[in-house]
Amino acid sequence: MIETILFFVLAATSLAGAITVIAARNPVHSAMGLLGTLFSLAVIYVVNLAHLVAAVQVIVYAGAVMTLFLFVIMLIGVDKAEERDETLPYQRQLVIGLAVITCGLAIALATGSGFRWTPAAPAAAQAPNGTIENVAEPLFGEWLLAFEATALLLTIAAAGAIALAYFRRGAPEEVAE
Amino acid sequence: MDLTDFLLVLLRVVATFVLLLLVTVLNVWAERKIVADMQNRIGPDRAGPWGILQTVADGLKLFFKEQVNPRKAEMGMFVLAPFLAVIPAFLLFMMVPWGRPIEFADGSTFPLQGADLNIGLLFVLAMSSMAVYAVVLAGWSSGSKYPLLGGVRATAQAISYEAALGLAMVAVVVWMAASGEDGVMTLSLSEIVARQQGTYLGFLPRWNIFPQFGAFLVFFIAAVAETNRAPFDLVEAEQELVGGFHTEYSGMRFAMFFLAEYVNIFSMAALGATLFLGGWNGQIDTLFGWSTPGWLAAILPTVYFLFKTYVIVFMFFWIRATLPRLRYDQLMNLGWKRLIPGAIGWLALTAVVAAFWRFDAPWA
Amino acid sequence: MTLADYLPIAIMFVLAAGFVAVSLVVSRFFSPRNPTPEKVAPYECGILPETEPAQRFPVKFYLVAMLFVIFDVEIIFLFAWASRFRDFGWYGVAAVGIFTFFVLETLVYVWKRGALDWNVSRRARYAGSQREAA
Repeated sequence: MIETILFFVLAATSLAGAITVIAARNPVHSAMGLLGTLFSLAVIYVVNLAHLVAAVQVIVYAGAVMTLFLFVIMLIGVDKAEERDETLPYQRQLVIGLAVITCGLAIALATGSGFRWTPAAPAAAQAPNGTIENVAEPLFGEWLLAFEATALLLTIAAAGAIALAYFRRGAPEEVAE
Repeated sequence: MDLTDFLLVLLRVVATFVLLLLVTVLNVWAERKIVADMQNRIGPDRAGPWGILQTVADGLKLFFKEQVNPRKAEMGMFVLAPFLAVIPAFLLFMMVPWGRPIEFADGSTFPLQGADLNIGLLFVLAMSSMAVYAVVLAGWSSGSKYPLLGGVRATAQAISYEAALGLAMVAVVVWMAASGEDGVMTLSLSEIVARQQGTYLGFLPRWNIFPQFGAFLVFFIAAVAETNRAPFDLVEAEQELVGGFHTEYSGMRFAMFFLAEYVNIFSMAALGATLFLGGWNGQIDTLFGWSTPGWLAAILPTVYFLFKTYVIVFMFFWIRATLPRLRYDQLMNLGWKRLIPGAIGWLALTAVVAAFWRFDAPWA
Repeated sequence: MTLADYLPIAIMFVLAAGFVAVSLVVSRFFSPRNPTPEKVAPYECGILPETEPAQRFPVKFYLVAMLFVIFDVEIIFLFAWASRFRDFGWYGVAAVGIFTFFVLETLVYVWKRGALDWNVSRRARYAGSQREAA
């Protein structure tokens, strides 16, 4: 019962955050909207007893990745007037069309798979408790390769960041430090 | 969960909340008095005996002061920032057990701890990374250059030292998991305290600081930097940044940042006492085989906990009075080029020693 | 662990937020409100501000944040390993050892590229790299 109520409240707040992300004129407001969405998702994970995933959501996404976004916003300059010219022709029409198709597919999938608003039994009772020691076992067993690949992915990301930041043709620009 | 359970939880939370407010009032005064003594000054001595009511007087003064709305401030975010500072500060302390659980006659217990989560340490890390938003939002929304510079500096500083903080915690967890009898170690702070009961060799308390001294050093330095305290207080380096991210804040809005800072100091010290100094464990009452009366046995763990926490809080004040502020490049160098490689090295040492101790040598 | 374990956190969240809200609002009733143009101007040391705050920051902040993301992920995985240290044995030590090697390699790479050198202007670094090349 409480799970259902919490789900609807959190779904609403995460949607509100997501709409803020695209609707806000100010990039910092967009970032705060994204933070709200990430937090709502973290609480949804908690409701589903995925404790570790909830903690990771807050630490890595809300903590680290959002800080990265904020730095990007600061880097570009928060008060810079946004480019309002659209670079792709028919972008708006294309987006609306894609949105309609996506929503249609989602509804078709949901009704086709026998979706009901009220779960037959509380999902939390069936699911294993997602505490850290329970998650560790499959992480270092079945998913070891994916785990090690993550390290490689992160290395590539850092190399890419360095390449974007430091390698450039011609003489260096003057940078205020 | 019935109403009695709910009221007990409510009581626990309110007790934790009041405890934090009281220690904040005490700590602000204690810091001024201790630093004054170290510098041969008198310090506050007018409000109440030894000036102990100085913080209350300051709080009341701020309460009646104007809350200026700066012309260029982005008011929504400007007002939101104090909330984002105070809420994570109070939530962080929720994980720390501050006394032995009270046992009732019917076998039920009342833990003296805000909440006992299985992922306790991760929750602590999550809250300390949330504290960054208050600083960066306050700096940005002020619409003024000094707060903006202070806010961006603070964010880079906080994330640099949070990595070291987390690595130090991992080393402790590895050691405790290896030295325990059970195969599974959760990140619950009450379990961390429980695993530090007993002694090494019959006399040395089984506290993590002895086998994990390197982790304690990293933790302490990172904790000082995380709370933006001297010598890492570049966030509010007054000679260059006026007041840093809260330059434009006044009245109660400023008081909220002040409150959050001191709650964070106490929480970090309490966390250090829990992770490294055995939490509320103590042996003085049993050391000489005295029989402790029941009421004393119930209170003593809280006394032990507060004493250990205040040892670390005193160290916070002490280094503030002793060390000059770092330069920004020194700060980042210390964080990334010394502390983090050092923490990883210590963790590797811990893991290898623990593995040789618990498992056969890999070639055997 | 159930949802009820999070109840104290929810209560504390409400309590802390309520405390801030009540302090700020009640203080409003007792405090003066007397804004003057000088008072509400952005802080400057007594002179009139001539330039707007610098709105751009060095790219190094971005690289530090990037490194932090990597270390954050590393720490979470390390906690997962540490919680089952006894069960995983040398296998677990080797698994996180490989992971940590990659992370350290990233740190060394970023370090040697100079992304962790503060207070060095790009011109100085460029000159240094030119000297090395020559």
